Amino acid sequence: MNPLTSPVGVSHYLLVGAVLFVTGVVCMATKRNTLGILMGIELVLNGANVNFVAFGSSYLRESSLGLDGQFFALFVIVLAAAEAAVALAIALNFYNNHATIDVDQADELKG
Amino acid sequence: MELLPEILGWAVLLPLISFVVIFLAGPRMGKAGSLAGWVATLAIVSSCFLSLCVAFPIWLVHHWPHDASHGAVAQHDTDGEHDTDEDHDAPAHHDDGNTDGGHAENDHQRQQQAAGGDHDKRASQQRHDEVAERDSSNGETDHAENAVPLITGDWYELGRFGPLRLTIGFYIDSLTVCMFCMVTLIASCIHFYAMGYMRDELHDFEDPEVTMSDGSQLIRPGRYHRFFQAMSLFSFSMLGLVISGNVAMTFVFWELVGICSYFLIGFYVERTSASTAANKAFIVNRVGDFGMIIGMMAIWASLGTFAFGDIDGQSGIFSLVRPESSQHALVVPDGMVVSGAKSEVGELVDSLPAGTSPEEMDAAIAANIPQWRDPEATGLKGGYGYWLLVIAGIGIFCGCVGKSAQFPLHVWLPDAMEGPTPVSALVHSATMVAAGVYLVARFYPVFAPEVLLVIAVTGCITLFLAATIAITATDIKRVLAYSTVSQLGYMMMALGVGGWLAGTLHLFTHAFFKSLLFMCSGSVIHGVHTNELPLMGGLRHKMPYTAYTMLIGCLAIAGAGLPFVIGFSGYYSKDAILEQALLFGNVNPGFGKFFFFAAAGGAAITAFYMFRLWYLTFAGEPRDPHRYDHAHESPPVMIRPLLVLSVFAVAVAWPIPGPSLSNLLEQSRPAGTLADTPAVLVNMVWPNERDSHASAIKIPATLIAFSTALAGFLLATVMYCWKKLDAEDVRRQFAPIHRFLINKWWFDELYESVFIKPTLWKAKLFAAFDRNCIDWLVDNLALSVRRFAVVWEYVGDRTIVDGFVDKLAAVTYSTAVSMRRIQTGSLRTYVVSIVVGMVIVFVLVSWGYTWAS
Repeated sequence: MNPLTSPVGVSHYLLVGAVLFVTGVVCMATKRNTLGILMGIELVLNGANVNFVAFGSSYLRESSLGLDGQFFALFVIVLAAAEAAVALAIALNFYNNHATIDVDQADELKG
Repeated sequence: MELLPEILGWAVLLPLISFVVIFLAGPRMGKAGSLAGWVATLAIVSSCFLSLCVAFPIWLVHHWPHDASHGAVAQHDTDGEHDTDEDHDAPAHHDDGNTDGGHAENDHQRQQQAAGGDHDKRASQQRHDEVAERDSSNGETDHAENAVPLITGDWYELGRFGPLRLTIGFYIDSLTVCMFCMVTLIASCIHFYAMGYMRDELHDFEDPEVTMSDGSQLIRPGRYHRFFQAMSLFSFSMLGLVISGNVAMTFVFWELVGICSYFLIGFYVERTSASTAANKAFIVNRVGDFGMIIGMMAIWASLGTFAFGDIDGQSGIFSLVRPESSQHALVVPDGMVVSGAKSEVGELVDSLPAGTSPEEMDAAIAANIPQWRDPEATGLKGGYGYWLLVIAGIGIFCGCVGKSAQFPLHVWLPDAMEGPTPVSALVHSATMVAAGVYLVARFYPVFAPEVLLVIAVTGCITLFLAATIAITATDIKRVLAYSTVSQLGYMMMALGVGGWLAGTLHLFTHAFFKSLLFMCSGSVIHGVHTNELPLMGGLRHKMPYTAYTMLIGCLAIAGAGLPFVIGFSGYYSKDAILEQALLFGNVNPGFGKFFFFAAAGGAAITAFYMFRLWYLTFAGEPRDPHRYDHAHESPPVMIRPLLVLSVFAVAVAWPIPGPSLSNLLEQSRPAGTLADTPAVLVNMVWPNERDSHASAIKIPATLIAFSTALAGFLLATVMYCWKKLDAEDVRRQFAPIHRFLINKWWFDELYESVFIKPTLWKAKLFAAFDRNCIDWLVDNLALSVRRFAVVWEYVGDRTIVDGFVDKLAAVTYSTAVSMRRIQTGSLRTYVVSIVVGMVIVFVLVSWGYTWAS
C-alpha cells in the first residue's frame, strides 16, 4: 500500500504525527540552546496531539462523535502553554545567573 | 417509727460527711484549719440532736418503759420469804411474771439438755418449775417478754453469695438508741472541749518532748484539722458499730474504730512513745480480732447468716440460737448440730439407697437433728454442735477482749494515753473500749453459759489486776487508764455472771463519769503542763471548776451514795453488779463466790486510787511551786463540757419511775435471758438477774459495796489528806509489792520476753537466712547473667547484628558510588537515553508480545 496513492486516512495522520514527534525528539537531543529544546518539546507535544485527534476520529470508531481525541488535544495545548511559561521563566533565570542559555553549562548538580 | 432507721442513718453519716469535708479542704478551712473544729463539732452536735430526737419523741412515745426491775424489791419485802436457798427463785416471778408462760416448758427442755448433769441442779430446776407454776396461777402472764421492741432491716445489699447476704443493715433496739445518745452526747462535749484543748495546734507547734539531733525542739505545722478529721471518722465508726445489723458490718466498723484509735493515739507521731503506743494498740487489737474472725467463721459456716435479727422472714443469729419454739431458751441451732455431727451425717448419707435426691437427703438429715442434739442419745454433754456454739461465743468474745482491753490483752490501753487527752476521753474511756462491752451485750443471747464463765473470769481478773496497778501509777492519765481497764473488767464480769442489765448500765454510767474524769485530767494537764502527780498538789485553789467536777467524777466512780436512798450514777450500776455477783456466788457456792470478793475488793481499791488521785492533784500543799504559780483554770469552752458531763455523771442512772436508764435498757434485754440457766459442761447455774433485786441479796450487797468504798476512801484520806500514814513509809514497808505493781505485774516484760523477744530473734534468724542464702543466690544469679551478657555482647551484638547492618550500609554505599556517574547533568544525554530507553522498552514489549502470542 502506497501512502502517497491511497486516500487520506488515519495512517496519514499518524505518519504526520510520527514525523513531528521524531523531529521534536531529535531537536531536543541535539540542540544546546534552551529555546531550541523548548521548540522540540512543542513539536513532540503537537505530534502527540495529532495522534490523539487521529485515534479519536470516527475513522476508527463508528459510534463516536470523534471529539474525545480533540478534547484531549485541547488539554495538551493548555498544558503546553503552561509548561512553556514555566520553562521560559527558568530559562530567563538561568540566563540571569549564567549569562548563557546553553544547557550543557547547566550541569552543576551532576553526580 | 418507720423513720427511725433513716434518722439514725443520718446521725451516722453526718460525722462521715464532716470527715470527708475536712479531709478534702483540710488546712484551707479558715485560719490554719480552725474551721475544721467547727465543722466536726457541728456534725456531731447534729448527730446528737438527731439521736435525742429519736430517743425522746419517738422511742419513748412508742415504747414507754415499764417499771419492772426496781419494783421487785418493794414487793418482795412485803412478801417476806427470805430463805437464802430459795431467794434466787422466788421474788422476780412475783412481780414481773413475764416469762412464766414459757418457763415450765423452757425448763423441761433445758433439763433434757442438762441431763447427765448432777442431781442438785435438777433439783433446783424442779423447784423452779414449781415456782413458775405457782406464779402462772396468779394470772400475771400478760406482759410478754418476747415482745422486745426492735427494728431490723437492711439499707443496702453489698452482695449475695449463695445463702449468705452481705448487707449494710441496722438493728435498733433501746440499747442502740441509748448508745447513740450516750456516744453522740459525750462526743459533742469532747469536741467542744477539744476546740479549747487543741488550740496549740492552730499555729506552728513546738513539741517539748521531741528533741532534734541538733538539740533544738521540733517545730512542726499545727495539725488542728487532722485531729478533728480523725475525731469525725471515729465518731462515724463508733455510731456505725452501734447501729450495725450484722456481724460482718460490725467487724468493718470494729476495724474502723481500731484504725481511728491508731491515728489518734499516734497523733504526736514524732514522739517515739506515741508511735510505739499506736502500734501496740493496733497490734494487740489484731490478736483479739483474730479470735473474732474465728468466731465469725464458726457462725457463718454453720448458720449461714451474719444478721443479728430476723430480716424479711430470714432468721437471724439470735432467733436461730434462741428460737421462739423453745421459748427463747438457748438451743444449739440446726446448722451447728449438723456441723458438729459431721461423721454421723456422712454415715447417714452413705446408708441411704443410691439415687436418693438431695431433697430427700436433707429431709433425712433434718429428721435426725433432734436426735443428734439430744445429749442422752448422743452421749455427749450438750449434744452435737454445742462446742461449736461455745467456740463461736468465745471467738466473738476474743475480739471484745482486745477492744475492751481485758486481760490478757489489757496492755495497750494505758500506753494509749500518749494521744491528746480529748482522745483519751473519747476513744479510751467512753466509746472505743465500750465497743467491746457493747458487742458482748449485743451478742449476749448467743453466749452459752460456758462462754459467760470465760467472760466472767476474764473480767474478774482484769478488774482486780488493773485496780491494783492503778494504786501505784503516778501519771494522772495512767491512773485513769487503769481505772478504765478495771471498770471494763467490772462490766465484763457483770455480763459474765448473768447481769446483762448491770453490765450495760455500768457501761453507760462509766462512759459519763470516765469521760468527765479524763477531761478534768486534761484540764489539769492543760493548766500545769505535766502528767505527773508528784508535781501537782493544791490545785483546787487555782482551778476550782476542774477540781470539783473531778470530785463528782471520783464520787461517781467510787459509787458514792446514801445506801437505799440516792447516789451518784456509779452507785446504782456498781451495786447492780455486786448484787448479781453475790447472787451468783450464792447459787454457785465455792468458785462462784470468788467473783463477789473480787468485785467488792475492786470497789475498795477503786475508791482508794480515785481519791488518792484527787488528793494528790488538788489537795494539800503544792509540791512544785513553780508549776503551781503558772497553773490556771482552763477556758470556758473546756469547762462547760465538764459541767454538762458532771450533771450526767450524777444523775444518769437515777431510778426515776418510767423512763429511767435501767428501765429503758431493760426493754432490749435479749429474749430468754431472764431465767436460771444451767451450764452444760460445768456444774454451775446462771441465776436470773431479776432475782438479784431481792432484799436478801440487795441489802448485803449494797452495804458491802458502801463499806468497801468507804474503806477505800478513808484509807486514801488518811494517807494523802490527813497524812497520818506516810505514803513513802507504806511504800518502803511493802517494797516488793510496790515494785510488782509499779511494773504493772511485769506484763510488759512478760510479753516482751515471751512474744516480742522470740519474734525479734526469729526475725533476725530469718533476716540472716535472707541475707546469707537468698541474697547469695540472687547475687550469684545476677553475676552469671552479667558475665553471659559480656560474652554475648561480642558474639551476638557486635558480630552478628552489627556485622549485618554494617554490610548492608557498605553495599548501599558502593552501589550509590557506582551509580552517581549516570547523573551527568547533560540534558541532551538524558533525552537520548530516554528515547533509547523507550525504544528498547517498545521493542522488548512488542517482541515479548509477539513471542507470547
